Amino acid sequence: MDGSPASASRLKLPSDWQDRLFRGVTRLFAILVLATVIAIFVSLCVEAWPAITKFGPGFLTNTSWNPVTEKFGAAAPIFGTLVTSIIALIIAVPVSFGIAVFITELAPRWLKRPVGTAIELLAAIPSIIYGMWGLFVFAPIFADTAQPWISDHFADWPVIGRLVDGPPMGIGMFTAGLILAIMILPFITAVMRDVFEVVPPVLKESAYGLGATTWEVVRGVVLPYTKVGVVGGVMLGLGRALGETMAVTFVVGNAHRISASLFMPGNTISSTLANEFTEAVGKLYTASLIELGLVLFFITFIVLALAKLLLIRLTAREGAQH
Amino acid sequence: MTSDTTHSDVVRSGGEPTAAASKFYPLPGNQSPAELPAKISVRDLNFYYGRNHVLHDISLEIPERKVTAFIGPSGCGKSTLLRCINRVFELYPGQKATGEINIDGANILSRSIDLNSLRAKVGMVFQKPTPFPMSISENIAFGVRMHEKLCRSEMSDRVEWALRKAALWDEVKDKLEYSGTALSGGQQQRLCIARGIAIKPQVLLLDEPASALDPISTLKIEELINELKTDYTIVIVTHNMQQAARISDFTAFLYLGKLIEYDDTNIIFTKPRFKDTEDYITGRYG
Amino acid sequence: MKLYTRRKIRNAFWLVASVLATGFGLFWLIWLLWTLLANGLPWIRLSLFTEITPPPGSEGGLANAIVGSLWMTGVGMLIGTPLGILAGTFLSEFGRASRSLSGRATALWAVFGLLVSLSGYLFDSGWLYVPGIALILVAGAMYLLGDALIASIVRFVNDILLSAPSIVIGVFIYSVVVLQTGHFSGWAGALALALIVIPVVLRTTEDMLRLVPDSMREAAIALGAPQWKVVVLVIYRAARAGILTGILLAVARISGETAPLLFTALNNQFWSSHLGEPLANLPVVIFQFAMSPYAGWQHLAWAGALLITGSVLLLNIIARVLQRGRVQSY
Repeated sequence: MDGSPASASRLKLPSDWQDRLFRGVTRLFAILVLATVIAIFVSLCVEAWPAITKFGPGFLTNTSWNPVTEKFGAAAPIFGTLVTSIIALIIAVPVSFGIAVFITELAPRWLKRPVGTAIELLAAIPSIIYGMWGLFVFAPIFADTAQPWISDHFADWPVIGRLVDGPPMGIGMFTAGLILAIMILPFITAVMRDVFEVVPPVLKESAYGLGATTWEVVRGVVLPYTKVGVVGGVMLGLGRALGETMAVTFVVGNAHRISASLFMPGNTISSTLANEFTEAVGKLYTASLIELGLVLFFITFIVLALAKLLLIRLTAREGAQH
Repeated sequence: MTSDTTHSDVVRSGGEPTAAASKFYPLPGNQSPAELPAKISVRDLNFYYGRNHVLHDISLEIPERKVTAFIGPSGCGKSTLLRCINRVFELYPGQKATGEINIDGANILSRSIDLNSLRAKVGMVFQKPTPFPMSISENIAFGVRMHEKLCRSEMSDRVEWALRKAALWDEVKDKLEYSGTALSGGQQQRLCIARGIAIKPQVLLLDEPASALDPISTLKIEELINELKTDYTIVIVTHNMQQAARISDFTAFLYLGKLIEYDDTNIIFTKPRFKDTEDYITGRYG
Repeated sequence: MKLYTRRKIRNAFWLVASVLATGFGLFWLIWLLWTLLANGLPWIRLSLFTEITPPPGSEGGLANAIVGSLWMTGVGMLIGTPLGILAGTFLSEFGRASRSLSGRATALWAVFGLLVSLSGYLFDSGWLYVPGIALILVAGAMYLLGDALIASIVRFVNDILLSAPSIVIGVFIYSVVVLQTGHFSGWAGALALALIVIPVVLRTTEDMLRLVPDSMREAAIALGAPQWKVVVLVIYRAARAGILTGILLAVARISGETAPLLFTALNNQFWSSHLGEPLANLPVVIFQFAMSPYAGWQHLAWAGALLITGSVLLLNIIARVLQRGRVQSY
């Protein structure tokens, strides 16, 4: 390499230019990926510019969405996006944890793979299928059975009563959140399973050796060891939930309003886009929709960045311990 | 940049560079590596992993058509030294060699050397068998195609020749189209040797070629090395001292990145000049 | 003894909860699949594949939508797969070197970027400025940073693309393709799908190439093979099952994607295999028909849903079997 006197007279050899070409081409495509993401960001900004200049930061807090008077505010869709995603997390996280514990600690060998595969297949089903199932199968049953029961029993409770207020329609924020939960469950489970499996067996064995029960090993050894990774997995699931479109569009109800009740119809950023984008007339309407997209891109970006940061910290710690 | 091989301080241990030359005189009945025509001559070789200085001023001459062994405790730099001879270390950024390694008088560390033809001349076999994910005959043809254009029948002749040389032909002649990964460990390693020989190199570098194998396969590989030395200059790295004593003509002992002693194998194993060498030979280091 | 019993009870409680959670997850899968079969199977018939989508109230099939979906999926894969594989190769094989771009190469790239921007000016397509300027910036960055840093930036950015909501990708393609060409088209749909394929293929390619041990690279290099031949003839081959898995998963992912097609390919009630115009496709047809009040359309939607889910699940299972093969070979 360096330090040899002949380095001044470099020879160009055939294999050398082939290697350079190959490296150059792969580098070109790698940079194309980078350029694409930059282009997505820039083009969203450019197209949303009329709305950004017109409404300013108030866009994020304004609740009105009126195409006739051209007054647009993103508060309702942002609210809906966050609420449905939070519902999804509240349901999916404990369930995923249970499934991951079952697969890594409890299931007999022959059952691990089939159960793992079945859960992963939940992620393979296209989201439009979840939407159809939610609207035509789940919502009617939910409206006929669970909702009246919940209304009967909880309507008078102080806080919960407000949350479950409203006619039993089946669709709404809660249904959207529940379906999102089923959809992100496989992603969170997969991450939890992976991080649970990197716990050094010797740690678990020594805990068992002290007479700990399976639950105590999970609670006292596995979970503390992997908590950063678990949170990272939860964030990845959250990222999925935030951006999910079709399933939510079917069942969320598509109403631009913020209501306290989870059983009332609402809206999310992605479902607003799916419903209104092709019908939008006028520059400001389209620009406002694109600004919504930009907000969504931004939120998922932040969630992803946090998730990556946490997972990187886990790997760094792992490296230190081995 | 070209080197004449007549300089006197053939071996220099990094610790005491000036005294070294006078100390290394051959004992009666044994040869010094310096008396034979050198195939490879290393001069003032230094090697760095990033900022880590792992080889210090190595100089030695490796004679033609002999087996030369590098021994020493793990981490002493013996594998690194071997990996300099075909510059395979350049696969990794941050690894750097300075000094000279002359093969037939040409400094192969020079930038003007075509790496691919250097590697055609200097074959290498690694610690773990590395059959490529293709058939046995394709494994051998892969390297040959890089350097020669052969017709079909010439290629199958070459495959047979190489497999025979590596004493593998009889075991695989009926399954040349089977995957190379399906062979046993010892067979895989001999396949790798055959693959290295097939490109007709002049030098063969063996990096602990038997350390991952069972005793019977090891014996086969050692017999093979003994046969191959009539045609090739062989350099072998081994952590197994009995193996070095059995198969090599010359032995170099490295310690902490320095060349401590380099001489006829008999001398190294019977009358080493340095205490470090003696301690290692007699098993006083790990 | 009392403490011991309490611990045992607590253990049993949580273990039962864990089993119940697993049952909860499986319950939805079974319910979903059962719904699909019950509603879709009765309407799976030959006319589905031979007749085009009908006007409301009459009989028909999904042939044009199936063909349109196949076209867009195919073109999307054709664009996305080589791009993803090559970019993944860069990250795995060249992304370790901290080699900087030479001054001459930087200049070349910058000129290329300038040309792209210029062509944007000449053809009056303002959006071409974006890649043009990006190219110039990136060339400059590479001159200063080197391959290793480029690789880690691209790795991060690829993860952003991987988790970007697909509807946002639809909006992006809408503004750079549909708005510029003035109409919805199959090309726009295929491009949107390609943007979803790229990060999936890139990620799996990089991961799979990294699984190939370095000793394989050393062995091939030591035979005197140039690096590109090492990668193409040896490393790709060693990783091919894994890469193929990634490609299959990407196909599975895009064949069910609806959101990015809503305002790129739009829909087309008639026969068309021409990518230059709006193109019918299964997901969007399912969406429109399912939301419609006509029973005939809803039946077609269920049949289409069953078709898509069936093929996606099949692809997933094939991919899994392939992956198992890979694990065994090492």
